[in-house]
Amino acid sequence: MTPETLAFFFLAAFAVTTAVMMVLQRNPVMSAICLIGNFFALAAFYLLLRAQLLAVLQIVVYTGAIMVLVVFVIMLLNLGDEERLRERFSFSMGLVLALVAGFVAELATILFTAGNPPLRAELHPQAEAIGTVEGMGTAMFGKFLLPFEITSLLLLAAIVGAVVLAKKKA
Amino acid sequence: MGIPLSWYLTLSAIMFSVGVAGVLLRRNVIVVFMCIELMLNSVNLTLVAFSSFLGDITGQVLVFFVMAVAAAEAAVGLAIVIALFRNKKTVNIDEINILKW
Repeated sequence: MTPETLAFFFLAAFAVTTAVMMVLQRNPVMSAICLIGNFFALAAFYLLLRAQLLAVLQIVVYTGAIMVLVVFVIMLLNLGDEERLRERFSFSMGLVLALVAGFVAELATILFTAGNPPLRAELHPQAEAIGTVEGMGTAMFGKFLLPFEITSLLLLAAIVGAVVLAKKKA
Repeated sequence: MGIPLSWYLTLSAIMFSVGVAGVLLRRNVIVVFMCIELMLNSVNLTLVAFSSFLGDITGQVLVFFVMAVAAAEAAVGLAIVIALFRNKKTVNIDEINILKW
């Protein structure tokens, strides 16, 4: 067992645990903290996959910007009485859990039978070169220039929309 | 012998399923929103894994765009949550049903 495989198992256990904890936590702030842990694990997976730029962006954009926004809104709404939001344990909850468990079992079966002999056990030899800032930049400002520019329009629309929606009615 | 591609895909499938379960089970709209982010991220992991195993940059560029869309979604989605909370004084999705016929 190589150090890389060990790191994969450790990170996978961490990622799944934080994801499950996020769903189970009663307090939204604790859910947000669990999700941030999950994002850090994902950044480490991106490093294992030699996607350096995305690993950094994962931390800067998701953890640094999006989750801060989420935590900020949780604080802003100041959800006092958690008890009022108590989720019901009902028939539908059991049904959902059974369906999800079946889905996971199905996917795992397909992936492990289709992966026998293992579905590509090695990273592509070019993998280290393409994930760098240089590789991403060359692709983004070359082949994907138009989508990249359209993204700026999307972000502009999102800014205007967020301001209009959250503004107090005059 | 490295880590096979199918391990990454299985992990991603498990995380996606946890996100789906969260969306269906939780009643707090902010937690539902965070579960959607978890689902987006598990798909991102799939894209990066395929990109690195096939040696093609397209998957990673797509993840970059997904991050941009997720940022826009976070801004607009949380603005909607704030507007809803201002009108209905609740974040329980069972009580936010004014669009329901």
